Parts: sequence; C-alpha cells; structure tokens
Amino acid sequence: MAVFSTRPQPALPFNGPVSHKNQFETRLRVQNLSVGYDQEEIVKGVDFFAIKGGITVLVGPNGCGKSTLLKAMARILTPMAGQVLIDNELLHGLPTKEVALRLALLPQGPIAPEGLSVQELVSQGRFPHQSLFRQWSPEDSRAVSEAMKATNIVEFANRPLASLSGGQRQRCWIAMVLAQETPIILLDEPTTFLDLKVQVDVMNVLRKVAKSGRTLVVVMHELNIAAAIADHLVMMRDGRIVASGTPHETMTRDRLKQVFGLDAQVIPDPQTGRPICVPRLSESL
Amino acid sequence: MTRGFAIMPLVLAALALGFCWHIAVGAKSVPLVTVFEALTNYDQSIFDHAVIYNLRLPRAIFAVVAGASLSVAGALMQGITRNPLADPGILGLMIGASFAVVMTFGYFSFSQVAFMPLVAAGGALVAAVLVWGIALAAPGGATPLTLVLSGAAISTFLGAIITMVHLLDEDSYIEMRVWLTGSLTGARMDILYWALPWVVGGMALALTLARQVTALAMGEDTANGLGVDVVRLKSLAMISVVVLTGSAVSIVGPLGFIGLVIPHVVRLFVGADYRLIVPYSAAVGALYLLLIDIVARIVLAPIEISTGIVTAMLGGPFFVWLVRARL
Repeated sequence: MAVFSTRPQPALPFNGPVSHKNQFETRLRVQNLSVGYDQEEIVKGVDFFAIKGGITVLVGPNGCGKSTLLKAMARILTPMAGQVLIDNELLHGLPTKEVALRLALLPQGPIAPEGLSVQELVSQGRFPHQSLFRQWSPEDSRAVSEAMKATNIVEFANRPLASLSGGQRQRCWIAMVLAQETPIILLDEPTTFLDLKVQVDVMNVLRKVAKSGRTLVVVMHELNIAAAIADHLVMMRDGRIVASGTPHETMTRDRLKQVFGLDAQVIPDPQTGRPICVPRLSESL
Repeated sequence: MTRGFAIMPLVLAALALGFCWHIAVGAKSVPLVTVFEALTNYDQSIFDHAVIYNLRLPRAIFAVVAGASLSVAGALMQGITRNPLADPGILGLMIGASFAVVMTFGYFSFSQVAFMPLVAAGGALVAAVLVWGIALAAPGGATPLTLVLSGAAISTFLGAIITMVHLLDEDSYIEMRVWLTGSLTGARMDILYWALPWVVGGMALALTLARQVTALAMGEDTANGLGVDVVRLKSLAMISVVVLTGSAVSIVGPLGFIGLVIPHVVRLFVGADYRLIVPYSAAVGALYLLLIDIVARIVLAPIEISTGIVTAMLGGPFFVWLVRARL
C-alpha cells in the first residue's frame, strides 16, 4: 500500500492558498481527515503537515476544530475518514506505546494528582521508555534532568506541583513532554490563562525545543504570539483550514476578517518584521 | 521511588507486631512471648498453642487478607476514576457482592463454597457496571458526584432486596446476619483457601498496573499521550478490583470504609505514585483491620462487636473529614 512506502511523498494541496509547499520536510502529515465526537463531524476533510524541526501553530476561533485536529494527531480521536501519517506510517495502526515514543502530547489544562512532586511529574514522561521489566535507568535520569534544565524548573524539583504558580506549573508539564524525548510534540493551548510575561517565557522554551530539531504543533489563541513564534501558521474555521503558510502570508487584514470576523490592522514588528495584529475598536458607541 | 520504600520495613514490622498482638488478645489473653513461641516452635501439647493455631491464627489471617484486598481495591478505584470518594463500598461493588452471595448461598441454598469468591466477584462486577452505566447516562457523565449518587442508589436498592429476602426467609437471615455486618467471627478457613488464589492474582495484577494507574491519574488524554492504553488499563483494573472485593466479601462479608480510608492515609506518606500506594495500601490495610478487630474484641469484652460496625464507626468521622478537606 502506498501509505506504507518509506519514500517521501509529494506534499498535498491545501484548502487555502499554499506557500512553501515543497520546501519543508515533515514527519507528521494529515490527509483528507474528518474527525469529531459521536456522529458530529468537527474537522472536515483537512490536509495538514507539521514542519520538521519547526513550530507549526494552529489558530482559529473557538470551536473551529483546531483542538479536535490535534487530538486526532495524538491518536486520542479516531478518524471518521482520511488518515494521519507519522513517518509515512498510519498513526492509528500503531500500538499506543509505539506512538508515545514518536509523539508527545500536552493536553489542554492537564491535571496533576494531589501530592505529586515536580520531579515525579517530569519522570512520568519516561513512561513509554519503561516496562514492567525495564524500570528506571540512568538514561531516564538524564532525560528528566535535561528536560528540567531546559524549562528552568530545577529549583522546584522536590516541591509539590500544587504549590507552584500557573506559569511554573505549565513549564513543569512541558518538561514532562520533553522528557518523553519524542521527535514530535503536540501542545494544546499551552499558554491559555497565563499572563503575558509568562506566555512569552513558555514560548521561549518552545523555541529552544524547536531549535534542538524537534517538530512542534501548538494550538493557541493569542494571535500576536502565534505570529511571533510560528514557522508555519495555520488558520482554521468551521472545521476547515482556511490559510496556511508563513505568518506573513497568513496573517493579513482580510484573512483576520474572514477567519475571526475581526476588524484589525496588521502592521510589521519594527524589530523582526513579523506581523502584529492591532484590533480596531468600534467607533460608534 | 526507591526512597519511597524506605519506610516499608517499619510498616511490615508494625504489621508483624499487630498480627501477634491480635492473636494474643481474646477471651483468654495469651502473652506475646507465647504467641511468638507458638508461631515459631509449635507444641501441640501446650493448650495455648492449640488455641492459637486453631482459633486465633485463622482470624488474624482473615483480617490480613481482607484488609489488604479491600484497601488495594479502593486504591485502584480511586486511581482509575480519579475520584477521591471511590471505594468498593460507596460505589456499590460491596453490596453487589453481598447480594450475589446472599441470593446464591442463602436464598437458593447453594452450598459449594469453592465458588463463593467467584459469585461475589460476579455480583461486584454487575453492580459496578450498573453504577457506571447510570452515572454515564446522567447529564455530565461519570463525575465523582454522579458515581457516588448512582452507587448510593444501587446500594439502597440491593440492600432493600436483601432485607426483603430475609423477611421472607428466616433461615437465610439467621445464617447470613452476622456475615452481613462484616465480621471476622464467623469467617471460615475453607472459604479462605478458595479465595486466596484469587487474592494473590488480584494483588499481582494490581501491582503490575500500578505504574499505568499513576499516569492515568493525570487525566486520560495525558495518559494516552504517554502511551497508556486507557481502555485496556481500565478493564484490567476493573478485573483486579472485583476479584479483590469479591474475595474479601466472601471471607468476611461487606466491610466498609477500609477501601476508602487506607489509600488516603497512605497517600499522605508516600505521595501520588501508585507503585508505592498499592503495596503500602496492602500492608497498612492489613494492619488497620487487625487493629480494628482488636478493638472490636476488647472494648465491650466479653461481648464482641462486629468488626464491620467498628470500621463504620471509625470510618464515618474520617469520611466527614475527607469531604470537608478534599471536595
């Protein structure tokens, strides 16, 4: 079957205007995917790929299906139609544990059991690398300590997670998925409910991770931060991908109007040249 | 993790001591030294040794097996449902097991006790499925609240049927009434023999699942992302829980609160890792039931209170504390 071939496949056309179609390698690809809950289809025939060693950000209004798409890529939801390919293999045909060695997921608003220390939480990331007969190894310790250094949480190691602030806690969760040491990491709204400074801290951690060669797919709400860190920005609306490309290509005034119904000006960041969206307030009150 | 096992020798020493003390206490109290002697160097010509072997030792073993089984069952249930109130008693498994035993062995006078642990486990399973089913059908799904409510509904319903059966059939009432309060008095050695392999199997299963239960405690999506097959884990944990509950109920009858209280106490000391919670719950649950049974036998001596009544009397206030502190 073609899907099992190891030869790189040609990139597929997108629903919207396409840029860098063949410029990037990918390890995670979605083809004609429809997925949802019960009988309701939320993501409708989507084609998508994540850039290898880069940050792909999914944005869109509430209920547009971005989290649902992420869950299908994390193998939590089973496709109604279409497929998810990881390294050109069918994701939903792989055993759960095999998937967990290639792809890590930070779900939205994760919950920690009471009494769990930061170190213990991060150590959970080693789960797929262990088994009943292969318990904790020096390799596990190395991965955990590297993940904690990368997220700057070494000082909290022995504190209970519950005693930390929201931003610190989120860094601990990110450390957990880093410790999993997978080439692909999916994050569902890692910055929601954090204040701006902390959002930026979290994003800096993610940039560092991407720079180390891992593939990141991030669902988020904050458009300006998305534009600032994305290598590949994908906009969704009503279960379909409306636009995808570099932030420059996707974040335009017309598109914001079309996707979010938002009246906004888009200006370039004076330092980086990345687009910034400045919403216009209604003049008639 | 290895650090977490540091206090295990202490707990086991306390368990050994509690075990001997439990044997020493009774209508005729025996010095601890004699208990040690009887256990290490049995001499059948000594009267105390005979009493210890024939009467006291079995009872201590019942307490250890039932206490360990129920608290491990409770710990697993709390872990997989992420519900601090999960317990074989509260979620209806215990009354399901009791109901199955009362109907089969009391009302229909089936007499093959070899099947008692299985019958009890079957009853627990049916009750668990009913409780989960009702909770899932409620708006909002199987939340801690809907689970506890549907557990209460099933418990009340099955309890009413048990009472009705007893009103109609006095013989079965007389046969079952002590057992139904949860008592170590009437426990039988032959049932223990039949239950023991199930207990060992259930415990082994619980220990092998412990690592995955810790991951599941962080939510299904997170556990999934870490490579836990959630459906498989829940099914296996359910098997372990009903087998342990069924075995314990067939030996000592429905003993409430142990499965609820002990895992919480254990968590205070060893944290949230089920690789520690499961073995510690087993040891502490065994110790707890030994102590409870000592209390049951000495507070109103020479009258003996049913063990189940004592666990409920001590467990009730703890339950209140738990509701105030955790929910």
